[in-house]
Amino acid sequence: MLALDRKLVRDFRQMKGQAAAIAAVVACGVALFIMSLATLVSMQESQRAYYERYRFAEIFVSLKRAPRLLEDRLASIPGVSRVQTRIVRPVNLNVVGMSEPATGRIISIPEFDDPKLNALHLRSGRYVEPWRENEVLVGEAFAEAHGLEPGDTVRAVLNGRLETLEVVGIALSPEYIAQIPPGSFLPDDRRYGIFWMGERAMEAAFDMESAFNNATMRLTRSASVDRVIEQVDSLLKPYGGLGAYDRDDNVSHRFISDEISQLKTMGLFVPAIFLGVAAFLLNVVLRRLLSLQRDQIAALKAFGYTDAQIGWHYMKLVLMIVVFGFVVGVVMGIFLGKSVTGMYAAFYRFPVFEFHLDPPIIVASFAITSGAAFVGVYGAVRSAVTLPPAEAMRPPSPPVYSPTVIERLGIERLFSQQFRMILRELERRWAKSLLSAFGISLALSILIVGNFGNDAIDYLMHLQFFVSDRSDMQIVFREVTSGPAIHEVAQLPGVTYAEPFRSVPARLRAGHRMRQVGVLGLQPKPELFRPIDADEQVVAIPKEGLLLSEKLAEILAVRAGDPIKLEVLEGERPVLEVFVAGTVNDFSGLSVYVDRLWLSKVMGEGEAISGAFLSVDEQSTEALYERLKHTPAVAGSTIKVAALQSFLETFAENILRMRAFNIFFACVIAFGVVYNNARIALSERSRELATLRVIGFTRREITGILIGELSIITALAIPLGLGLGHFFCYLLSFQMDTEMYRIPFVLHSSTYATAVVVVVIAAIISSFVVRKRLRSLDLIAVLKTRE
Amino acid sequence: MNTKAVFSANGVTKVYGEGDVEVHALRGIDLELFEKEFVVLLGHSGSGKSTLLNILGGLDQVTAGKVYYRDQELTAATDRELTHYRRIHVGFVFQFYNLIPSLTARENVALVTEISEDPMKPDAALELVDLGHRLDHFPAQLSGGEQQRVAIARAIAKQPDVLLCDEPTGALDVKTGITVLEAIERVNRELGTTTAVITHNAVIADMANRVISLSDGQITEVKVIESRTAVGQLQW
Repeated sequence: MLALDRKLVRDFRQMKGQAAAIAAVVACGVALFIMSLATLVSMQESQRAYYERYRFAEIFVSLKRAPRLLEDRLASIPGVSRVQTRIVRPVNLNVVGMSEPATGRIISIPEFDDPKLNALHLRSGRYVEPWRENEVLVGEAFAEAHGLEPGDTVRAVLNGRLETLEVVGIALSPEYIAQIPPGSFLPDDRRYGIFWMGERAMEAAFDMESAFNNATMRLTRSASVDRVIEQVDSLLKPYGGLGAYDRDDNVSHRFISDEISQLKTMGLFVPAIFLGVAAFLLNVVLRRLLSLQRDQIAALKAFGYTDAQIGWHYMKLVLMIVVFGFVVGVVMGIFLGKSVTGMYAAFYRFPVFEFHLDPPIIVASFAITSGAAFVGVYGAVRSAVTLPPAEAMRPPSPPVYSPTVIERLGIERLFSQQFRMILRELERRWAKSLLSAFGISLALSILIVGNFGNDAIDYLMHLQFFVSDRSDMQIVFREVTSGPAIHEVAQLPGVTYAEPFRSVPARLRAGHRMRQVGVLGLQPKPELFRPIDADEQVVAIPKEGLLLSEKLAEILAVRAGDPIKLEVLEGERPVLEVFVAGTVNDFSGLSVYVDRLWLSKVMGEGEAISGAFLSVDEQSTEALYERLKHTPAVAGSTIKVAALQSFLETFAENILRMRAFNIFFACVIAFGVVYNNARIALSERSRELATLRVIGFTRREITGILIGELSIITALAIPLGLGLGHFFCYLLSFQMDTEMYRIPFVLHSSTYATAVVVVVIAAIISSFVVRKRLRSLDLIAVLKTRE
Repeated sequence: MNTKAVFSANGVTKVYGEGDVEVHALRGIDLELFEKEFVVLLGHSGSGKSTLLNILGGLDQVTAGKVYYRDQELTAATDRELTHYRRIHVGFVFQFYNLIPSLTARENVALVTEISEDPMKPDAALELVDLGHRLDHFPAQLSGGEQQRVAIARAIAKQPDVLLCDEPTGALDVKTGITVLEAIERVNRELGTTTAVITHNAVIADMANRVISLSDGQITEVKVIESRTAVGQLQW
């Protein structure tokens, strides 16, 4: 080994505490980068392969009923390459050991062949056999939630008759990677299941011989989605077509796409902060090292080492730290990635979804990490090695101090000598003090950003489940019902209040912009389900016109007062010229609220209702559930508390785990920054402090000077970090703005408080380290060292 | 005495700073150093002797004037050429040794031999300064005199043409200083390396072939010593 490399290894060993702190920060950045990107790529790749292999459809449409013969005409629409017609029906399920009703969807599949589109992946058991009446395949999520296996049975109400379905297989479909019940924005594996049944058995059970009520299509490469949708709609109009839509409006697809785009944001944003901090720390530490080794650099140059050789020597030191952090980061990233992938696997049902780390991601993360490090230290190394050797040989000229603010103001007598020394040091090197404060403030901001997601979700849940939706339960009728039926609903056992609603699928068109949405008709002054704006204020339902989610208004580029075309996709399918009455700044989905009676009026129907929100007396819920299971007129019900509970059960553990990771990461960064600052302050000032000790200062007094300096920098960093964290979250809330959710910009005061506490603890621990080192300060040796 | 000049300087001037803080370190120095000779540059602190040595060693630039090393004009050399010049021809010994504290005696010497064209073995160089028994000690484990001898070994290991020593005994007591000077003298004698030693200590001048005195940036006297005093006899 060359002597210079030996020096490298020994220098590295000498600064191992600081090197480890920096490597830890690098490791966190790399781990987060690898975790996010590898998970992202794994997910995209799984999605792509799944869609391709199992022929995920591109166009979806529901209708009332059409003869099977129409399939050929759908297939002959220019741009359509393949059509699969089928029967899709809601079912009420009666699961053993579960008092509340579960709902589901049952979908027909050809008995003799694979479905042409949305093919199934059989996890266990077998495919349905022809001529067997009640054989079904069950979606894996529901099967797992209830421990169903091939051979088990499920009781379900099909077309008003209670039937026993025999489970012959467990299956997955690219159409239901995320199983989210209609009208909900959370998956509910216990209360919502997907079933597949042989085509003939379905025809018989639902009186749909040689007919279909749902079709999916795949397109040729050059097809125009809009043109195909237009033609499908015009073809299906006489058959009660509900409006064709593309993958963007498929709930499962949209959910995954949103997740992918959020992963992208997180995967780039947060690691960037970490790498920025690492670059900053490397800069600070290396600058100090270079100034300590000024005379060594001069000697090396005097012997004939070139600038490049010496520069590379120090860069190698940086590289050692980076490589060390990088290796740890990759291992951590793989661990985190596997953990997160496991979490996603509970949510997203792919045939194969494994964490897979592509070499290009490793290469990219190494390039980015070392790039950041080089940027961080380049200036420092360059200026040190290009210093003329004769100049480097001389010790740096003594620092120039000047009177500080308090002396200029003439109030110095109010402060102790030590305090004035601290202030002078801070003021003389104000840029460095500010940078140190900035580094600590970044740690604080990471803590805030880490908790921001949790705060946002908490708030979203609170808004959705307690402020906006105050009902206990929501039921949907099988068929649109006349207004007075609400009185019958109110008579159901345990129901204390029932509020009717009317919902219709529709298309909103403004100029060339179009969106397919559900229009929700509410009571003029709803009690149980109320649109809420960003200030948690109830927004009144306009007497006429539409109230749109702000996001939807943005997509359609409309404002209050603008005309808009409403194409209802149900019943008589009227096309109405209406107007935007207002917008509401809500946080999930794309909603359209209208006055229920106004909607019925403009649609030219009598008073009609699609379902109701219910208040239920807790004592009687069991009786109500029992009754609903046997009420064929009710197609589905969502129990709010149950949905919430199910979500929390599935994800509470994961959320806790993520929170622990976040706090760990932020602690690493906070400690890394504070500790390095303290060590450098100690190294720079040990001579001065030793001199003070020699002339009679107590140990306590000199500790006070150093720790006082750190305290002031930390105190400065706190407001800066709070502001920075606030700002980052604000940016993130914009970045994460999708159609499914808008992450609200909410931060609990406890998040700020936690962040401050963590940073202060890191500072206190660092002060202890410094204090311990000050205790063992060798006065004679320090004074002898030439600097 | 060979009369071929190794160094020749004409009208060398060096000014640090500008305006009010302008310091004239050298004011028109003319000088020649010859092969194999042992020269002492004598002067008080601030006389400009260190500056002169740095310029001869290719560590510093002149403000005006010319300096030649044999046929090469150092004052016209690029940074790269100066680095090469130092690497091949010059050995430095500094007042504060400038050893790399994280390397042992042997490794400190190896640091130089690894980039030289025809070096001696680090062990041999240390043997020459009587440190053959302390090869694997770190600077912190060596006395001041020993550290300076490591520095001398480091400077001569590349077999330089010139050895430039900046106050080599400045930080040492008499007894230790003598051992260091003995090492330098031995190198000059046995290897024939042209040697220039800077000092403010007039006594040391007695061991030289020639003594050049500097004061306030100018040469005040050049004295040829006819009968050199043996190092062991020096006293101050």
